[in-house]
Amino acid sequence: MPDPTSTWLPRPSLRFVAVWRRNLRVWRKLLVPSMLGNFGEPILYLLAFGYGFGRLVGDLDGMSYMVFIASGIICSSAMFTASFEGMYSAYTRMAEQNTWLGMLATPLTLDDIVFAEATWAASKGLISATTILLVAAVLGLVSDARALLALPVIFLAAFTFGALALVITALARSYDFFLYYFTLAVTPMLLLSGVFFPLQELPDWVQTLALALPLAHVVEIVRPLMTGSWPASFWPHLAVITGYGLAGLILATALIRRRLLR
Amino acid sequence: MSAIRIQQLRKTYDGVHVVDGVDLEIAPGEFFGLLGPNGAGKTTTLRMLLGMTPIDGGQVKVLGLPMPEGEREVRKRLGIVPQFDTLDPDFTVIENMRTYAAYFGLSGATVQARIDHLLEQVNLNDKRDARINALSGGMKRRLTLARALINAPEVVVLDEPTTGLDPQARHHLWRQLRQLRASGVTLVLTTHYMEEAQELCDRIAIIDHGRIIACDRPSRLIAEHIEPWVVTVGGPDAGTAIEQEIGPRDRAHQVADTWLVYTAEPDRLRERLRARGLEPTLRGADLEDVFLKLTGHELRD
Repeated sequence: MPDPTSTWLPRPSLRFVAVWRRNLRVWRKLLVPSMLGNFGEPILYLLAFGYGFGRLVGDLDGMSYMVFIASGIICSSAMFTASFEGMYSAYTRMAEQNTWLGMLATPLTLDDIVFAEATWAASKGLISATTILLVAAVLGLVSDARALLALPVIFLAAFTFGALALVITALARSYDFFLYYFTLAVTPMLLLSGVFFPLQELPDWVQTLALALPLAHVVEIVRPLMTGSWPASFWPHLAVITGYGLAGLILATALIRRRLLR
Repeated sequence: MSAIRIQQLRKTYDGVHVVDGVDLEIAPGEFFGLLGPNGAGKTTTLRMLLGMTPIDGGQVKVLGLPMPEGEREVRKRLGIVPQFDTLDPDFTVIENMRTYAAYFGLSGATVQARIDHLLEQVNLNDKRDARINALSGGMKRRLTLARALINAPEVVVLDEPTTGLDPQARHHLWRQLRQLRASGVTLVLTTHYMEEAQELCDRIAIIDHGRIIACDRPSRLIAEHIEPWVVTVGGPDAGTAIEQEIGPRDRAHQVADTWLVYTAEPDRLRERLRARGLEPTLRGADLEDVFLKLTGHELRD
């Protein structure tokens, strides 16, 4: 019988900061390999596709292909980094190292921990997006300072992808389980959300599908900001990203509570 | 006010009553032992006490606060030594202490002094920059204890803290626990080592099938539940001899090829067994005898 006073809604407290800082401290110890993974690969994509493919494609939506793809890769790298953190790293802390169990012996609750993990995944997503933005700026692929406005949106989006990844973590029995999510959700989003080519090139039903998922909405906001214009619409896109994020957080918290507090 | 008060506590997993109406009251400053075979409900009871398992029925109050509603406030004032290591392998000894302190919202010079003091107390000062994987099992347990004391807790809960330790490490930990007891901290201990419970605890509850089946001071448990003496005898003829010589109020029990006879009058029995050419040995009954009598000799998994 569930406790009648309990609620499904997460109730994190400000104590979550201590968990976030714990992850930050560990990350700082492993800075070099971690940065290489989060930052090296997307830069390779940017350069290889941008230079190699760009010559064949020419201009897209009135911009060079390199400029087009830079904004897309910033979004997808935030998605990948946050998803990895919310799955492989969070799972390690939950199931392999008993880090969360140790935290539960203190005034921290699971709600604090899950919220902290999503926020940490968001922070890592933001870090990798920011480094790529810097490189893109150096390469002259960013139009003006409006690009900085993309960063808060990236942070929110990375929170969403982190929270969704934590839902998968809550259900995982081993690391292998994450491949399902990558194959069935992350990769389709990467290919269908306008990262590498405009969404409008795809059949209507695929566009509808893509717009039902969060990444396309992130690209719709971030690309104009990086290429010197304003997004055609803002709030509807933001609402989808936020909705996925809240749903992910609520579901992840409930499932992880059920898994660990039994 | 009791440090811990548990009333009619219940927990059911898949239709099995793992905790089935437990009542317990632990006074401030008491060293309390919770004993029971594997699967008896010890750990589940502790978890409900700490707010780590939802309560199906009954009431738990820790330091006067109801659980699980008071979990944050309670855990602020509690120290927990879990059964399995939860030390952070990504950090060194000192970093583990600092990070754990931060979970309590503690930082700064006062905490640093307290960390130094605690590491000194558990003999880990020269290991402060060692990684967790480089520590022995005993060192990890000591660090876990030091970590659990970071918030100067009023109650310390220890779930099988000495499992897997060598005798030296165990005795060292006992000394730490006695010091805590002397400083007025309430302690709750689960263990499978009966001499440990007998040695340390003011009062002991034996739990089986989710119920408390006995609860008293160790000496009283022994006096009340079992004959004071145990005569032990081995050899191929022991079985027949005991069958014929045992007194009407004695109880005999076979463990492998050895017989134990629980008796109030050991001298007469020993004489008779000796007359048959056997070599009986005599010892006083202890808590382990009580435990086996109350919970049975069958294997539990």
